[in-house]
Amino acid sequence: MATTRILEWCGRLYIWLLLAFLYLPVIIMALMSFNVSPFYQLPFEWTTEWYASLWQNDQLISATWNSIEIAIISTIISTVLGSAASLALYRYEFRGKKFLQALLFPPIAIPWLITGTAMLIFFFGVGIGRGLFAILLGHVALALPYVIVVVSARLQTFAPELEEAARSLGANQWQVTSRVTLPWIMPGVIAGGLFAFAVSFDQFVVSYFLSTPGQTTLPVEIYAAIRKGFTPEINAVSTIIIVVSMALMLLTARFFKFGGEK
Amino acid sequence: MAGQVATGSRSGLRSALPLLVPAYLWLTVAIFLPLSAMVFFSFMTELPLPGKAWSFTLDNYATFFSQPLYLTLLAASLRLGLEVTLWCIVIGYPAAYVLAKVFRGRSREAIFLLVILPFWSNGLVRIFSWAMVLREGGILDSALNAVLPFNINIDLMYSYPAVIIGLVHSYVPYMVLTCYLTLQAIDDSLIEAGRSLGASRLQMLKRVIIPLSMPGLVAGAALIFVPVVGSFMEPRILGGRTGTFYGTVIEDQFVAVFNWPLGAALSFILLAVVLVILALASPVLKRAA
Repeated sequence: MATTRILEWCGRLYIWLLLAFLYLPVIIMALMSFNVSPFYQLPFEWTTEWYASLWQNDQLISATWNSIEIAIISTIISTVLGSAASLALYRYEFRGKKFLQALLFPPIAIPWLITGTAMLIFFFGVGIGRGLFAILLGHVALALPYVIVVVSARLQTFAPELEEAARSLGANQWQVTSRVTLPWIMPGVIAGGLFAFAVSFDQFVVSYFLSTPGQTTLPVEIYAAIRKGFTPEINAVSTIIIVVSMALMLLTARFFKFGGEK
Repeated sequence: MAGQVATGSRSGLRSALPLLVPAYLWLTVAIFLPLSAMVFFSFMTELPLPGKAWSFTLDNYATFFSQPLYLTLLAASLRLGLEVTLWCIVIGYPAAYVLAKVFRGRSREAIFLLVILPFWSNGLVRIFSWAMVLREGGILDSALNAVLPFNINIDLMYSYPAVIIGLVHSYVPYMVLTCYLTLQAIDDSLIEAGRSLGASRLQMLKRVIIPLSMPGLVAGAALIFVPVVGSFMEPRILGGRTGTFYGTVIEDQFVAVFNWPLGAALSFILLAVVLVILALASPVLKRAA
């Protein structure tokens, strides 16, 4: 089976080429944040001055704090509400359940451009307006379906007999939930929470339509900077973001297998 | 105690409600009401601000259908979506196949994670990173000139191909993910059986593997096509003046021209297109589920 061997080697080579395609631009972008030339000129000369100058950029720093705060708050809210909803969808049978599950699809599938502009119109119309609160409202809604899907997937591996057993041994509903069900679905809840954090922290489109000049998040600030012109400072802040979000997803992967294998 | 073992549909709902209401109320306020408001808004003449007179009108939709610009741009965005989706299939499907059928065990898990990882990292930053590579005097230009004996000038920045490259880079992990999930479910013994009965590799691919992995292909295609049609940040950054698409025109209505009713109408038309596409894809997806 020599042909099979050759084909397999071509396949492996192809995967490495794909990984190069996926990672090289990001690596180059990161390298340029350590290069002296403000016009990205080679040869490469090492510096950390662009990171140092980030600290002088008050606008960027305040946007960073906004991003972190909103990500943390929306993670907490969406994880709690989402886990509760998944539990209800798992545990109870009722009419309209299929419909409620189907309702989770639109927020994921509709382009953020549409969701974002719709939120802008509605929040404006009811007096919430734009700003950090509006952004938070939006981020929680975007993260909720992800949390519910991830936690529900974990619940699929749960054996309902365990709840029955705890009940027959005299545990009440709260004890069953906190001592039996929650510990089992915890990895799913944590993965859902990390997803929610990533959705919020990386969210650009919806934040973009809901932000005002003083109340904005990091990606929106970066977009504004990119449109003014490329500077190594943008590379520096982008490098920090990409490292943070990749670390987050690696953490998520520890709790949740993407491959579908249990 | 007896009520907890809920079997009847009504009592089930009663117990489920307290857990369901907070999440679905939030989704209603932040997603479903806004989408409805957008439809309502798209039939208005003006922003309903205090002191401003407004009335209902069909003008916003008339603008879309009467000015060829908007239809042209929608067509351009649909074409962009189609091209990006095709490239994602061409690049992503073979990768998913190799991942599912050649790699084994831990190395498969690790590489799968490496392919998926960028998808969940910041999309804006990844688009920006291509500006570093594609611009004149950028890495691609310098690298090719260092290797090739003659001088060439690569300046893909601010062009249609740059937008395609950036979007394919952004979305190809999606295709790998969905195809991998369906390809991995195909039993290896099925492929061996087909081969031992004398089917060629190409025949196996055409008759067995592609049909069985069709749900993954369709899911990936829908999940890529839809956001690409609504993309505006990627064409803005990588396309420059050539990067005017349907999405960028909607963006303009909200952040530059401030014609929100027209923006709402354009958004709603895009939503209708998106829903049609998802409806077309759903039979294939349901068959898989």
